[in-house]
This record gives sequence, structure tokens and C-alpha cells, in this order.
Amino acid sequence: MSELRIQNIQKRFGRQEVLKDISFTFEPARVNMIIGPSGCGKTVLLKCMVGLIKPDAGEVYYGSTNFYKTKPEQRQELLKNLGMLFQSSALFDSMTVGENVAFPMRIFTKSSENEIRDRVAYCLERVGLQGVEAKYPAQLSGGMKRRVGLARAIVLNPKYLFCDEPNSGLDPLTARRIDELIQQLTEDFHTTTIVVTHDMRSVQILGDRILFLYDGEPVWKGTRQQLEETSPEEFPPQLRAFLQASGLYV
Amino acid sequence: MLSPLIQALEAVGTYFLLLRRTFTGLLHWRLYYQLWTQEFLIIGRDSIFLVAIIAFFVGAVTTVQTAYQLVSPFIPKSTIGAIVSTSSILELAPTITSLVLAGRIGSNIASQIGSMRVSEQIDALEVMGINSATYLILPKLLAGLLAFPTLVIYSCLISHLGGISAGAFTGAVNPTQFGIGARSFFEEFQIVFMLIKAVTFGFIITTVSAYQGYYVRGGALEVGAASTKAVVISSLLILIADYVLAQLLL
Repeated sequence: MSELRIQNIQKRFGRQEVLKDISFTFEPARVNMIIGPSGCGKTVLLKCMVGLIKPDAGEVYYGSTNFYKTKPEQRQELLKNLGMLFQSSALFDSMTVGENVAFPMRIFTKSSENEIRDRVAYCLERVGLQGVEAKYPAQLSGGMKRRVGLARAIVLNPKYLFCDEPNSGLDPLTARRIDELIQQLTEDFHTTTIVVTHDMRSVQILGDRILFLYDGEPVWKGTRQQLEETSPEEFPPQLRAFLQASGLYV
Repeated sequence: MLSPLIQALEAVGTYFLLLRRTFTGLLHWRLYYQLWTQEFLIIGRDSIFLVAIIAFFVGAVTTVQTAYQLVSPFIPKSTIGAIVSTSSILELAPTITSLVLAGRIGSNIASQIGSMRVSEQIDALEVMGINSATYLILPKLLAGLLAFPTLVIYSCLISHLGGISAGAFTGAVNPTQFGIGARSFFEEFQIVFMLIKAVTFGFIITTVSAYQGYYVRGGALEVGAASTKAVVISSLLILIADYVLAQLLL
């Protein structure tokens, strides 16, 4: 499994410095979490990693490939190994659930209609949704949309799975189910998963490796075990305050 | 003082960069053919009724008003047919039809692409490695380039029909006299000019509206504003292009 690494990422919007020299190595085939309070730059960092926002400085490496210095054709090949679950699910309104999940296959593979149908059914089954292929996104609940988004993200067997606030706006039970699903898919598909969240309950379920951002700066890096076992006094004050506010671990 | 000018220049630059991006990174033609067919139906078929109603009444009103102004017994009745026919071909059919379609098609394109932008559907395409500009804009542009001339020819015919009907109904000019007049001043270049206008206006409406939608930032309110802006700017550019083409080609 190729390693995912970011190096000295910097991003500025106008006068506001959003990301300040962030470097991190994500653990392959595990769930890696980028946590921090709202507005700390988590989503911007995630978008820098997948090419939606170009950083002002710094590198993103997928294995030995430098994402921003590779040729467009190679980058397109690389993107086929990426799956992403968006905060808003980002399902195509004009397509049914089945068409949404099948979309990357139709574009990038020469699979027959039968193969596509089987794969779509398999992916939907993996996220606990059967028989919804003919429905439109507008007919689904928020939790169902996220699961369809996950099914679409894994349909091409990606090496890397990115999840932007996967359980925001969901009730606690559905949120937990989505977290468990991400954990399960990471184990089964051996994907390197990166989850952006401010929800510490997700960290309890998912966080194999954690990067805590505060005001665009990497304030703490570690594992869930370290987070659970370290005395609160040893944490940086920003993380301590964040943990206290979330009511967990402290 | 310079800021609005710089903003306008920046917008023009971004528009042309988007146009260039629209023609790069094409996937397989089968996909675009399907999208193009859908768009052609939306732009063409769904506008037929509206265009027919407007063209019929424009032709009818032009006939009645021309008859009202030509009161001299020394001017033959067939002149009404000549004026109405030439006006329809050179100006009314292409320009009025395009202004109406700027409202219907332009707002549709801007709001459709704008909604996809704010709900992260465009980001989802990009993360999949699909050039969203090509995928979303090119089929609309190509559909517009074919649908607009088709609708303008259709509008021109209906407008003649409206003129003939109004002439017969009011007794201002009978169909035979109308036909004689229409043929007497007809030149083949008028049709070429009408089609050049239609293609130009089709290009303006589809690309300007797509640009407005593609760069929306914010939410539903901004999508509405972009839709309105698309109609206003398209209409303005149509009128400017109308004058420039008349000056250059007639």
C-alpha cells in the first residue's frame, strides 16, 4: 500500500493564512483523522490533498508521486485511485442512486452493463442499502445519502478514501453507523482513509492516527491510544480546551 | 476607482480560461453524445411552443403596425410583405427569439450548474478525475450551437405565418400580395446572416450562463443571483453582438 504524505503545505486566502506549514504522514490501510474546531483549516487541507484547492506551497505525495508536479494524464490516473465522501454527499441530483454509484464505472471502465449492475448492488449492500437503485437522491434521508456517497466512493476499489465531515448533521445513531461503516470498509478494502471531523465521538471509533489542527497549524499528532492514555496536562492547551469542550477524554 | 474595471477584466479573463478548459480533457465521445442529445432536447424541443407563440405574435404585430404606417395609395400592399419578411429574417426572428431564450435557457443553465457547484457535485466530478468544464459545458454549448439556428429558422417561418394571418384577418394585405412582397426583396445572404446571428447568440447564451453558474460561491441565494446575472449579461451581449454583426456584414 502506497504511503500518503503531505509536506510543508501552506495556503492563504487573501490576507488570511489558512494552512501554516503542515507536514504529516498518513498511515496506510488505516483510518487517519484530521480533527480540530470549525474554521481551523481541516477541509481546506483535505481539498489540497485531492486537488480541489491548490496549496500556495508544499507537496502532496501519493507513494513516490508528487501530486502537484505530475503530468495531467498521470494525475488523472492517480485520481482514479481516490474515493471521496463529501459533507453534502454530492450525489448527482439528475441521476438515480444506481446511476450515481455506477457513474465512475461507466466513465472509467469498459465493464458490461451486467458487471456494472452487480458491482453497484454489491457496493450498496456493503453500505447497508439494498433495493434503492431506482430512487433519486431527493427521496433519501441524510444518512442514506451519505451511505450512497460511500458506495460511489468505493465502487472503483480506491486505494485512498477521503471523508469530509462524514457524520455532520446526522443523529447520533446514524452518525455512529457511518463511522462504523468507514472503519469496516477501510479494513475490508485496505484503503488509506482520511477523515476530517470535529466530532470527538468519531475519534473514539475511528482514529488510528490523528492530526489536530488549530488555526491552520498542526498542534498535535498521535494515535487514539496516546490520546486516551496521555494525561490532559501534557496536551497542548488548544487540544486540551478542545477535548474539554467535547466532554471526552478529559 | 480602478477596482470595478480590474474585476471586469478578471471576469473576462476567467471566462476565456473556462472556454479553453471546456475543450480540453475530453473523455470518450459516446458519453458526450448522450449528454448532447439530452441538452438538445432541453434547449430545442422544450422551447418550441414558447418560440412559436412569440414568433407568431411578433409577425402579426409587425404586419398590423406596418400597414398602419403605409397609408399612401401609391405604395403597393405587397410592400407590407416585403418589410415584415425582411425584418423577420434579419432582426426579429434571430434577436427576439434569442432574447427570449436567454431568459429561458440562460437561467436554466446558470441555475443548474450553480446548484451543482454549491452542492459540491462539481467537486465530486473533479475528484473523480473528470474535467467538469468539459463534462458540463461542452454538451450544452454544442447543443446550443445546433438548437439556436434550428429554432430561429422555425421562428422565422412562424413569424411569416403570423404576418400572413394578421394581414388576411385585418384585410391589410392578402396572402398573395404578402408573398409577392416577401419574394421581391429576398436575398439568400439574408438567411446566411440570420444563421450567423443565431449561432453567435447561441454561443453567447450558453457560455455566459455556464460561466455564471460555474463560478457561483455561496448558497441558494447566490445561485438565484447568478441566474439573473446570466440573463442580464447574455441579453446585453446579444444586443451588442447584434449591432456589431449588422455593421460588419450588411
